[in-house]
Parts: sequence; C-alpha cells; structure tokens
Amino acid sequence: MAILVTPQSRILVQGITGDFGGRHAKLSLDYGTQVVAGVTPGKGGQFFEHAGHKVPIFNSVADAARETGATVSAIFVPPPFAGDAILEGVAAGLDLAVAITEGIPVKDMIRVKRAMQGSRTRLVGPNCPGVVTPGTGENSKGGCRIGIAPGYIHKKGRVGVVSRSGTLTYEAVFQLTSKNIGQSTCVGIGGDPVNGTSHLDVIRLFNEDPETVGIIMIGEIGGSAEVEAARWIKEHCKKPVAGFIAGATAPAGRRMGHAGAVIGGAEDTAAAKITVFRECGIEVATTPSDMADALIRAAQRAGVTLS
Amino acid sequence: MNIHEYQAKALFQKFGVPVPQGAAARSAAECDTALASLPEGPTMVKSQIHAGGRGKGTFTDGYKGGVKFCKTKADARGIADKMLGNTLVTAQTGPAGRKVQTVYFTVASDIKKEYYLAILLDRATSRPVIVASTEGGVEIEKVAHETPDRIHKVAVDPAYGLADFQVRELIFKLGFNPTEAKNAAKLIRSLYQMFWDTDASMVEVNPLITTPDDQVLALDAKVSFDDNALYRHPEIVALRDLNEEDPKEIEASKFSLSYIALDGNIACLVNGAGLAMSTMDIIKHYGGNPANFLDVGGGASKDQVVAAFKIILGDPNVKGIFVNIFGGIMDCNVIATGIVEAVREVGLKLPLVVRLEGNNVAAGKRTLAESGLTIVSGDTMADAAQKIVKLVG
Repeated sequence: MAILVTPQSRILVQGITGDFGGRHAKLSLDYGTQVVAGVTPGKGGQFFEHAGHKVPIFNSVADAARETGATVSAIFVPPPFAGDAILEGVAAGLDLAVAITEGIPVKDMIRVKRAMQGSRTRLVGPNCPGVVTPGTGENSKGGCRIGIAPGYIHKKGRVGVVSRSGTLTYEAVFQLTSKNIGQSTCVGIGGDPVNGTSHLDVIRLFNEDPETVGIIMIGEIGGSAEVEAARWIKEHCKKPVAGFIAGATAPAGRRMGHAGAVIGGAEDTAAAKITVFRECGIEVATTPSDMADALIRAAQRAGVTLS
Repeated sequence: MNIHEYQAKALFQKFGVPVPQGAAARSAAECDTALASLPEGPTMVKSQIHAGGRGKGTFTDGYKGGVKFCKTKADARGIADKMLGNTLVTAQTGPAGRKVQTVYFTVASDIKKEYYLAILLDRATSRPVIVASTEGGVEIEKVAHETPDRIHKVAVDPAYGLADFQVRELIFKLGFNPTEAKNAAKLIRSLYQMFWDTDASMVEVNPLITTPDDQVLALDAKVSFDDNALYRHPEIVALRDLNEEDPKEIEASKFSLSYIALDGNIACLVNGAGLAMSTMDIIKHYGGNPANFLDVGGGASKDQVVAAFKIILGDPNVKGIFVNIFGGIMDCNVIATGIVEAVREVGLKLPLVVRLEGNNVAAGKRTLAESGLTIVSGDTMADAAQKIVKLVG
C-alpha cells in the first residue's frame, strides 16, 4: 500500500515554469510519476513539455485539480509566495500538499498552519526533499516521486523512512537499497521549526500501513518532535524502529543550516533525544553509516524480515 | 540575526515599550555628546556586544565587568574609556572575547522588583508564546529547572492575536499592584506587537522591573530576528553589525555556503545540512575534532567548492579536510572535477579525504584517482572519517 501517495497518485506542480520546479517535474516524469498538471498564475493554457509528455498548465490550483483530477501538489514557489501557494492547495481541497521551498518566514508558516486547522489537506514540509513511494521498474521507476529526491537510489520494499534532512534521507535509503532492502515510502518532513507533518504523524501512518514492516526515523537537534514520536512508539508501535539524531557536536544557540536545527535548551540536544530513543526501545544508529544496520539489528531482535 | 541592546531598546521605544532613558557612543567624542543628553545622576555604562553574561565578564586587560553602575556621569565617562576598544570575555563569547565598539549609557533606575518576560516560538504548538516569571535578573533556565511553577506561559492564537484575557492572566500571576498592572499590560501588548510586526524570532527582557513609583520598564533587551523574513525588513537589516560576526561566516554567505566555525582541526565540506551535522558527529565519534560546519547546498558548483576550500584554509587550526558528498541528482563526476580544480587552485598541502557517493560515482572516483593529487578516497562515511582522523593524528 505505502503511505501518503501511491504510483497512481495524480500530481500537480505549483511553480512548474520556474527553473527549480521545472527541472524536478521533468525528473518526476522520467521516474514515471503521474505529473498531470502545472500551475503558474498567468500561464494558464500553455503546456509543460518533456520527452513526449505534454502537461497542461493552469492559472490556479482549483482549475488544475478540477480539470485533471490531481489530488496532490508539489510546491516549488519562491519563499515570499509559498505560504499563499500552500493555502491555495488547501482551498482547492487537495489531499496532500508537499512544500519543497526553503526559506519561508516562520510567521507565514505560523499563519498557514493556523489557517489549515480543520481542513482536509495534509501538508508535508516546507524545506523538505519531498515524498517517494518507489515503483517496481528498473531503478525503482514507476513510483511516485514528489520533490527533489534522487529516484534511482530507491527500491520498492517494506521499510518506511522519515527524516527532517534531505541528504541524510538519501544516505539511509542508499544504505538500505545497497543491502537489498526496499522501502515502502520515504518522507522528508523538512528542516523548519514550523512544519505541516511531524515525525509522529508519519510514524502513525507507517504503523497502520500493512506493507511497512520496519521504520527508520532520522532527526536532529532542536525542538521535541523526535521525543514525542519516541514516547508514542514505546506505547503503540508494533514494528521495529531504528533512529538517528544529527548534531551531537553542534554548539548551542547556533542555527546549523536548517532553520529548525538550533539547540534551545538541555532538552533538545542530540544526547537528550538519543537517551529518550534508548528508553523507548528504539535501536540507535551510532553513526550515520549505521542507519540501515541499526534497523537490521532491531528487526532481528523482533524476528521481522525486512526484505 | 541578532542586534545590540541599544538597537533593541530603540525598537522597543518605537513600539511603545518603556525603557530607561539612554544614549549610545562609539568614540570618546560621542561619549561626551551621549552623556550630555542624559540628566545628571546615577548612570549605567553597558558594553554593547551580542553575547550575554556581560556583567560578569572580564576584559582581556584584566578589568572586571562589562556593565557598571556609576554614581555620576563623570564616573561613567571614565568607565566608558576603559571599555571602548577593549575586548570583553564572557561565558558566551569563548576565550577570544569580543571587542567593545559601542557603549550604552542609561539612567540608572530605582528597582523595586525584577521580573522576566520573553516572547518566542513554541514549536510544539506552532504559536508564539509569552513567557513570564516573578524571578527576574537571574538565569531563566535555572528557574525553569528548580521552580517551574514560577514560570507562566500563554500561547497566542495567530488568527486572533494576543487576547486581553491572556494579558490579564499574566498580570495576575505576576502579582502587580493596580498601577503596575495597568503599565505592565500596556508593555506586554506593545512588546507582542513588536515581536509580530518585525518577524522577531525571540524577544527577551531580563530583567523587566517595577520602580518605587509603579512604572514598569524593560531594563535589558535581547532580540533576534527570523533570517527568512529579513527580505521584508530593510530597516532591521540596517541594524546588522558585521563586527559581531565571524569574517569567515560572512565570506561564506556571499557564496550561499552555510558555514559555522568550531574549535577542532578537521575541516568538513558537505552537501546538505543534516549530512553536514552528522559528518561533524562522525569525526568526533572516531576521536577527531571538527573545525567547522559547512553545507555547500544541493548543487556544489566548482566556484562554491573553491570558495569553500579558501574559507576552510583561512582557519589556522585546520590540519586536514574531509569532503563528504552524496551526489543524489548532481553528477558525482562534476563534483569530483570541481574538487580537483579547487585543490589545484588553492595549492592544498593538507591531507584530504573525499567520500563521494551517488550518481555516476565510478567516474567521479576515477577523476579523483587520476588527478595526480594525493586525495584519499573513502568508501563509506565511517571509512572516510576514520581515515581523516588517522591522517591528522
């Protein structure tokens, strides 16, 4: 089944005529993803063409969704306009909006998140690599790739990956695939302090997903989202979980690249989070090279076959 | 982005948050003008650096205290001479300290009681939260740890804004008398407005004080802003003080590199913030010490790599370099070519370990191997980290 998206999901791209959005729309089309519409205000009626694909462009998300049946949006809109772009997807009643954009003002996201309360749309991101549900073709083609992750490193399978960091997600996925362990869905929830979907939200979905048999959770310094997820895992999660926290050597008070990666107090250091992981029965990866192996250890202990 | 206390207090005043009368000075001549604008009487002299702990700090020439009470303006003038141009070391500056380029004179207030007041983002609820305490003038982390019942918080609904009942809740919990309560309510409202309108990420007033005549004043002010929102606040950007930032970090930002200096000797160059952080961690794990955080972003062009090498080599502590690139979409061979060119251009003499993985990695590794340069290749992050730690010794 996978979570959030399947290879059949119909995707629209907000900002498809920009460099960034266009480049990744092409890569998603190459991957076999159903990119069925683009949205760029003022360019409605034009087409986005690539390798035999002719994707219609609309002036609004509502038009695109109505005309093409798209239910999921990938947002590549520049930061000053990205909050508005998310709300447009919400107003159009999409199932899922995935905001790739990095650098959205925190205040904009505070307001967007409040405005989304009670809506049917789920937001993933912002400042995230996106969501990949691998396909069954060569190099996992035929899957659903939303965002900027390299599709070819994936392999269809039964491990769920959730992470705040893009390159660390790729690292984990690459380790799994190299060991012939495939993934059900890989979700980048983003590195910002205010985001739409938390570690816990994704862990709950993986826990309910019959296809997923094991989970890798990757976090970093700042905030308490990983701790909240770990405590829930201890009480409710039926599947083996491996965890990694980046930033053990980060100095307090400095923003480490990601807007949300800053140590605010004793509770949100890497050491504090790792301690909670251990208390909650999560197998901790001692280095980033150890993420797949940590899950293998957890699975062996639980008697679960990952591949 | 951080600003100085005197700049923060000017913003406070603009939004109607009362502060003691004060004036800043950057030179001896400006000290005279600044003091002339203040009434005769007890005066505070405050070193203006971005780090906290100024009062308990020590200057590198042995003079103690970056914040001083003086009975007269003439005394304050003498103290300012000792501080200006002197380097202040506090618990937050590191041993190098910070050069005091500005002093701030304020009228010394009569203090009846000290409180704590701050506004910041509550990540758990994605709302601004106002934090207040009757325990002012001390480390709030300590209060939170030892007497959590003395910390009061209200989260503000961004759809409605700060509600009157929430202001009343704080006022009652802090135990103000009726006149103080009226003044404090106005101050809290004004401070929240400033936080919201300027895209601040944190506003901290420690201490907030009451005076014998029931005035409520912000005696100190610490403000930082959301970097993502600076594009819409040119008036805030104008307050940036480059003297307070590491020159290497400023240089890095010109090339869209995210760089933070640390005190180890193994420099890292990595693509992606999470991978960059964990590269530092893995160096430490194998017994080394990272010299920096450096994220070249997803692209890692040749120009960026050259600029990154130059910045890294500007740190005299660096004894070796660890390049860790996961080329997801980027062609690893393009990155390898960039690394080779950068090494030639800067004439690198230090040990260099490169771990390259991802798209077209075989060609990338070949380019490194055939370059004729002494570049050590690492197969995994763990392998590469152990190699650089060993080479640096």
